[in-house]
Amino acid sequence: MWMLGPLGFTTPWLLLGLLALPILWVILRAVPPAPVRRRFPGVALLLGLTDARIETERTPWWLLLIRMLALAAAIVAFAGPVLNPKVEPPGHGPLLILTDGSWASARDWQRRSDRISGLLEEAGRAGRPVAIISLTDLPKVPRDGDGTPRFTEAKGWEARLPSLQPKPWGPDTQTVAHWAASLRGSFDTYWLSDGLDRDGRSALLKALQSHGAVRVFESPRPVYALRPPKFRDGAIELGALRADPGPEVTQTIIARGTGPDGAERALAQVKARFAPSKTEAEARLTLPPELRNRINRFEIEGAHSAGAISLTDDALKRRKVALLGPRDREGLQLLSPLYYLREALKPTADLVEGSFDDILLAAPDVIILADVAKLSPQEKEDLEKWTRKGGLLLRFAGPRLAASDVSRDHEDPLMPVRLRIGGRTVGGAMSWGQPKKLRPFTKGSPFYGLKIPDDVTVNAQVLAQPDPDLAQHTIASLADGTPLVTRKALGQGQVVLFHVTANAEWSTLPLSGLFVQMLDRLAVSTRPERPTAKEMAGTTWVPDKLLDAFGRTRDAGQMAGVPGETLVAAAAGPKTPPGLYRSEDRRLALNVTGPDATLKAASWPAGVPVEGLAMARETLLTGWFIGAALILLLADLIASLILSGRMRRPSSGATTTAAMFLALGLGLALAPAPARAQAEAAPGGAGQTAQQAPGQAANESAAPAGNDPKPGDQFAIQATSGVVLAHVLTGDAQVDRIAQAGLQGLSDVLTARTSVEPKKPMGVNVETDTLAFFPFLYWPVTADEPIPSQKAYAKLNEYLRTGGMIVFDTQDADLAIGGQETPNAHRLRQIALGLDIPPLSPVPKDHVLTRAFYLIQDFPGRYTGGTTWVEAAPPDAKKVEGMPFRNLNDGVTPVVIGANDWAAAWAVNGQGQPLLPVGSGYAGERQREIAYRFGVNLIMYVLTGNYKSDQVHVPALLERLGN
Amino acid sequence: MSDAAASAQLRGRAETLGGALPPLLAEAEHLAASIMPGEHGRRRAGMGDEFWQYRPATPGDEARMIDWRRSARSDAHYVREKEWQAAQSVVFWVDPGRSMTFSGDKTRAPKGDRAKLLALAAAVLLIRAGERVGLAQPPLAPGAGRMQLLRLTLGLEGEGEEDYGAPGARDLPPRSRAVFLSDFLGDPARVEAALTAAADRGVRGALVQVLDPVEEAFPFDGRTIFTSMSGALRHETKRAGDLRDRYLERLAERKDRLAGLARATGWHYSCHHTGEAALTPLLWLYQVLEGAR
Repeated sequence: MWMLGPLGFTTPWLLLGLLALPILWVILRAVPPAPVRRRFPGVALLLGLTDARIETERTPWWLLLIRMLALAAAIVAFAGPVLNPKVEPPGHGPLLILTDGSWASARDWQRRSDRISGLLEEAGRAGRPVAIISLTDLPKVPRDGDGTPRFTEAKGWEARLPSLQPKPWGPDTQTVAHWAASLRGSFDTYWLSDGLDRDGRSALLKALQSHGAVRVFESPRPVYALRPPKFRDGAIELGALRADPGPEVTQTIIARGTGPDGAERALAQVKARFAPSKTEAEARLTLPPELRNRINRFEIEGAHSAGAISLTDDALKRRKVALLGPRDREGLQLLSPLYYLREALKPTADLVEGSFDDILLAAPDVIILADVAKLSPQEKEDLEKWTRKGGLLLRFAGPRLAASDVSRDHEDPLMPVRLRIGGRTVGGAMSWGQPKKLRPFTKGSPFYGLKIPDDVTVNAQVLAQPDPDLAQHTIASLADGTPLVTRKALGQGQVVLFHVTANAEWSTLPLSGLFVQMLDRLAVSTRPERPTAKEMAGTTWVPDKLLDAFGRTRDAGQMAGVPGETLVAAAAGPKTPPGLYRSEDRRLALNVTGPDATLKAASWPAGVPVEGLAMARETLLTGWFIGAALILLLADLIASLILSGRMRRPSSGATTTAAMFLALGLGLALAPAPARAQAEAAPGGAGQTAQQAPGQAANESAAPAGNDPKPGDQFAIQATSGVVLAHVLTGDAQVDRIAQAGLQGLSDVLTARTSVEPKKPMGVNVETDTLAFFPFLYWPVTADEPIPSQKAYAKLNEYLRTGGMIVFDTQDADLAIGGQETPNAHRLRQIALGLDIPPLSPVPKDHVLTRAFYLIQDFPGRYTGGTTWVEAAPPDAKKVEGMPFRNLNDGVTPVVIGANDWAAAWAVNGQGQPLLPVGSGYAGERQREIAYRFGVNLIMYVLTGNYKSDQVHVPALLERLGN
Repeated sequence: MSDAAASAQLRGRAETLGGALPPLLAEAEHLAASIMPGEHGRRRAGMGDEFWQYRPATPGDEARMIDWRRSARSDAHYVREKEWQAAQSVVFWVDPGRSMTFSGDKTRAPKGDRAKLLALAAAVLLIRAGERVGLAQPPLAPGAGRMQLLRLTLGLEGEGEEDYGAPGARDLPPRSRAVFLSDFLGDPARVEAALTAAADRGVRGALVQVLDPVEEAFPFDGRTIFTSMSGALRHETKRAGDLRDRYLERLAERKDRLAGLARATGWHYSCHHTGEAALTPLLWLYQVLEGAR
């Protein structure tokens, strides 16, 4: 490398070619331009004409200059000019190659590995001894305290390079500090950093610098990490991290799990957007429980690093627990055997309640039978089959079980032990002794380690027959040794019996926190997000699946178990490698990135050369010079064409080409400026249209916001001037326009046919406008509609509770690919999540909507066939003999949900003509008519409530009148 | 070369020729159609089929010439006259020289094409008016009818060997009309001789000078060797731009000379550029021929 100021040349001897330029100048100058041969009939007229100037024309000096410059540029280009070249001083002495070897290094390990082998080669050439050390895999410091690695010949390291692999954890600060302190002697260091800042990093750098020069390699590839998912409010919250607070970036987070066919696949994905100069990004993922329970892990797409992967465990799995209590029981709520179970499980599990058949169909993970003694043979068979397939059957005793002869003479398959007749009562009013306490859990019990509160006492219980295997079935017992909880395995599943009731009748156990913990240990309930050390006390967790640094999972094989207390507190490290740990039926994930982890980019002091970045700063200028040479040659070409007359000078096509090239060059130089101007103009334009759109809407609804000092008043006055139909503004201009036109059409029909004479329909913004003025809101749902804010939800719920009605219309006729949910319906589900909506059912045949004004049975809009949903009828509504209709709910349904795009069918233009076609021909017009009739019925229903429902009394009234 | 190959080649050439003819003829007819729809007579009494006028009988008119039907309606006698429809012969000469193949721009047709087009369009018009048209070179005796038009078209195909053609007055029928189409860049003496000879035989007509716009503008510069189309003539210059003024001077001189010659012999002269529409010279040509009759 030969340096010339900031310029270096890789092959400087080529610059000698520049010496040839003056010679070339002389030669080129002497040669006149070649003549052009032209065929021209007018030559006959030219014969005999002589040139005014006889001397040979020479190439003009400026053309020569252009050519010389072009040639010079080409010569310089091939000499390999480099701006700010990095001059590597050849080192000597031992070289320590230090790599972080952490999960963050895994993202481009190949590159690091290549760099190391490059360094080895270099060191081999220079004859330097080398040592390679990975900070995550430090050698033990020997007794004598001299931890200096053994520097050996570089060649020997080549073979060992493939065994150098990153570890799925970061360097341990203390170990590193201890090792750094033990270094002796002088050596240079080449540090392949993973780009993350850690405690003790600067201390290590200082320690290394005290032994010799330190160079750092850092990859420009950004580091991403993923925090463990949290389950909150029905959605999975994911937190993505990055080290460098750079510009806005969107990363895709993929949820992987076993599909229905058993193969692992991407189940869902969500985008996380890093705001500019923020290092954290949030994403929320809503999934149906079936899908959610299948997820094995989340990963950031394309990150290929253990830190960007989060394994999921029980915290995300919501077990489906079926509750079955004694039948036909009328009683106080607090006495219900299921009450405490429900309260204990509600926050952590999905509960299924219903009849026995329904429960089995829902495929629950756990079935809890609270004091259920009698099961039909068919039910017994089904339940046994289900348990044998891996179900957990949890039974609670109670008066019924005690009174029955279940599992009396011989062991029932669905009972862990045989029971003695009756049971016993201790410490009650009519018995001797004190209420019994619990004996501490023994080591083999799943409850081992749980602390037993003092106030847990047992008054009554069912007693197990003292069979020989009773002891091994018992997992909890009372202080006097009588079994309290027994269990047995049945096929792949198990049956567990609590010998007390699930309510507070027989013991205080269900009132204590212990009850919840016991359910948790039995894997009935789902573990809360982070178990405390107390909850984990006494458990042993065995690694099931382990992560490597690249984010691949592998089976753990035979590894020693880890105590629960340790595991909870542990971060990923050599003793507790990241992965999935298992204890009986419970699983716990230990992820590389903890829930509170943050990433920070490493910053190096100015004196330390950082390679990965410095490389970028070194600019190779060859391309520029060749480009300049080409441009000059082009200019020379055009100039010589013009000079030699091959290109016509005045206003001909060729000069326009030249002008075009010129313009091109200028355009390249000036391009950024107009682009910027455009960018500035764009938001202004967008803003203008955005301002215009609401302005138009306001004009249409005759609410001139501009000159009125209080637009809110104007809105209120307009909304209360009469009956006003309103639609929710979705933000989609087309949808809003159709909704407005549709309600206008419906208003026209109402005015023409009924005594309801609505005013002009209005668009309503649920965020800002008062809703109370409107009896009826039409809400077209689009897939990209924004979710209302909390404030808007409060307002909407208030509106629904005080008698308002919202008609949701997904406008897609429920037509979705593959029978799934349509995007609009999905959005509607998300919107409705925050709304206070009662259970719904398809409109029953005798619903008031079918006869509020017209007698209709289906509710077509622009589409037919979409199901229309209203509030479900109460379960006790029965049809009375002789009455045409049931006496249904007394109130008015707060929501009507459909997909038939009614507004489009109602929509009219300014002249009252239908705006959009419906169906075809006469049938289509008929459909439109029915759509209008539905609209009339709807408004009648909204305005008169269940008035028409009173028709049920008509026969009685007529009879009375007749008398 | 075998017979089969030779005949195939001949057939190929024939087809190429036949393929080119109808378009040229069609174009010429299209051009002609835009000038004159229908047939016109001489607007003079004479021999012919069409009725012209009734005129009172004068002494000397034969009795059989009297139109009795007309005369019965009045006291005087009338003679029915027919329109004179005698045919004229018009002979075209289109310069077959190589210089006519020049075109200054790829998008412009050569001068020769334009000249042939003008000649053919005029011929179409004339034949439609009942005249007889012929060719001076190659000699084609004047004739009428559509077949003559096809023969004319065939005769216009092909080009000569020499750079500049010259009209020959030998084959012109006496007292006929003639149209010479050329760039007239060759030796003006030959044109002069032909024209004088033609005037001597009572032939009158029109000179149409067809030039390319490049020939008018001379937009050349730099060191250039100008050659004629065949390469026989050659002129080298160091600075073509310097020659422009003198060239244009000479061209104007040539035009003046042609115009003067035409005036002297009772012919008409017009200069036409291939860059302009062909209708203008055709209109001019038609009017000139009409007036000359």
